[in-house]
Amino acid sequence: MDIHEYQAKKILSDFGVTIPRGGIAYSPENAENKAREIGGNKWVVKAQVHSGARGKAGGIIVCDTPLAVAQATDKLLGKKLVTNQTGPEGKIVNRIYIEEATEIKKELYLGLVFDRSSESIMVVASTEGGMSVEEIAKQKPETIIRSKIEVAVGMQQFQAREIAFGLGIEPQLIRRAAETIIGCYQAFSELDATMVEVNPLVISNQDQILALDCKMSFDNNALFRRNQVSELRDKTQENSNEVYASDRGLNYVSLEGNIGNIINGAGLAMASMDMIKLAGGEPANFLDVGGGATPEKIVKAFKLISMDEKVKVILVNIFAGINRCDWVAEGIVQALQKIEVKVPLVIRLAGTNVEKGNQILKDSKINYIEANTLEDAANKAVNALGN
Amino acid sequence: MAVIIDKNTKIIIQGFTGKMGSFHAEEMIKYGSNVVGGVTPGKGGSKHLNLPVFNTVKEAVKSTGATASILFVPPAFAADSAMEAADAGIKSCVAIVDGIPSHDMIRIKRYMRRYTKSEKMSLVGPNCAGIISPGKSMLGIMPGHIYKEGRVGIISRSGTLGYEAAQQLKNLNIGVSTSVGIGGDPINGSSFKDIIGKFEEDDETDAILMIGEIGGPQEVAAGKFAKENMKKPVIAYIAGLTAPKGRVMGHAGAIVSAYGESAVEKVEILREYGITISKNPSVMGDTVKRVLSKS
Repeated sequence: MDIHEYQAKKILSDFGVTIPRGGIAYSPENAENKAREIGGNKWVVKAQVHSGARGKAGGIIVCDTPLAVAQATDKLLGKKLVTNQTGPEGKIVNRIYIEEATEIKKELYLGLVFDRSSESIMVVASTEGGMSVEEIAKQKPETIIRSKIEVAVGMQQFQAREIAFGLGIEPQLIRRAAETIIGCYQAFSELDATMVEVNPLVISNQDQILALDCKMSFDNNALFRRNQVSELRDKTQENSNEVYASDRGLNYVSLEGNIGNIINGAGLAMASMDMIKLAGGEPANFLDVGGGATPEKIVKAFKLISMDEKVKVILVNIFAGINRCDWVAEGIVQALQKIEVKVPLVIRLAGTNVEKGNQILKDSKINYIEANTLEDAANKAVNALGN
Repeated sequence: MAVIIDKNTKIIIQGFTGKMGSFHAEEMIKYGSNVVGGVTPGKGGSKHLNLPVFNTVKEAVKSTGATASILFVPPAFAADSAMEAADAGIKSCVAIVDGIPSHDMIRIKRYMRRYTKSEKMSLVGPNCAGIISPGKSMLGIMPGHIYKEGRVGIISRSGTLGYEAAQQLKNLNIGVSTSVGIGGDPINGSSFKDIIGKFEEDDETDAILMIGEIGGPQEVAAGKFAKENMKKPVIAYIAGLTAPKGRVMGHAGAIVSAYGESAVEKVEILREYGITISKNPSVMGDTVKRVLSKS
């Protein structure tokens, strides 16, 4: 789960990281008042969307007067911000963060992620802040510092100091820098995060160490024990079909193609999508109804796919194990009595009682194309596009 | 003997008296697995499915001599149960449950570092279908009848894709020595490399089919291990050719976040390690057949 910049900043500041003074606004008047409250003579108006690269997309505006802050807020609020990470549909701006402008002496990069090879938390830092970590890795790989943290004992002072010295931070600021790095680590470890990125982490002209922009993501599997985190979820930043799916216990990812998929199991779903691609088609979605593929889940899946206007053919591919094909087939028939499917439907059943399952589908008078293997199913789905 | 479990392996069920635990315990017993009892804290001393229930894994091990366990415990308590099994001297533990926090998985693995290699429990999963040695024993939730007895080892992150492979092999009259589902999470108990090494040493396995997917470094690590240490042929299929970068594809671990984690990159690297690639999921069985006929 992702959260907004201002939410991540609040969390990090609770863990001892210094952030510029700022406040959230939902209207231009609100924003103008916030600017006056914050004081000073320069402010940054930042669109809050779940995406990086907001600056290049026009989502960050520097202002010299509270009135300009109001105008900038008016310009951004309610609009869709399209960045190189949001896809062409963009993300809606419902909240604006107003922040005092910082005079920057030095921009650094600080990130924490799970390292799957060493099964530890990895700190990645670089002197080249402001660029994405991918760009840094390409253009200035020699500046990247990596430090593995043993989670059982947590981050040690010396590890944070090593990173800080590695970043060329001046001796009188090392203690504060180390506190900042440890604060980020503690937030990561205590809140079940999967990613913390402060980019840039800056040293200001006043020698403050500040998190100027930051992102945090959290482990969905741990939200049950992180109420204060799960409350921060902003569904307006997610694809509406994906929200619909996750609210109903379906694993769904919206894609660009036109062949809708209903499949049980994540691996089989990815494999079916691959077959569609090899057959010359493009999947409209990834959808895993769960290994069990219960009739209730199948009904929900048909509803979800029917909501997607891109879909021109639906491919159902279920490998029934303990749940048996005849039972799955009955679920499909029930679903099609409730939901009208206007596009061609290809169904491939495999596994336990496959003959019985196919017989039930045949007897039901539903309009569908039967397929036997993964390959057969993908070919028939792609062919059905032409009809 | 097959890998990890055979017909004599004594099995206990953790979370025995719950709905899932009861259902799958019965399925395992029907298949012929040697289930000797189970654990549900607070219900010790009672009987369930005609088998003894214990309060702790230690008591269960002491009383039954069990060496394997399978967890049907909700995700919030699964890490605790896995560590309890390790501490009680269980040798092989399968965690079926989907939804264990990554931080908990790391905690389990750090906990297990206290054991020497010979006393260390092998944990398989979480978020997996479990283990089956066809005709001998099932420590999992798979449909047992789709597996034919034979000499091909299967290792798969995905459950249903592993079933698909077993079915394709059966249709070609090829059997399986053991099939191990290692699960779809980012951090799992056993990696491809851990299991592939066991198959290399198993005299009832001739070839290994490895079914991977996008995300993480495991397939590549296993490929490198195979090139450096193995004589038996390895066949691999990697799912997720069409998966977009940075999105989680159902499995928490199926996300491309670094170089070498996409399906195309993994296939390229595995080929360089001399592994035979099944070009698409429809020909996993055919590819294994071709390799077997050559060796």
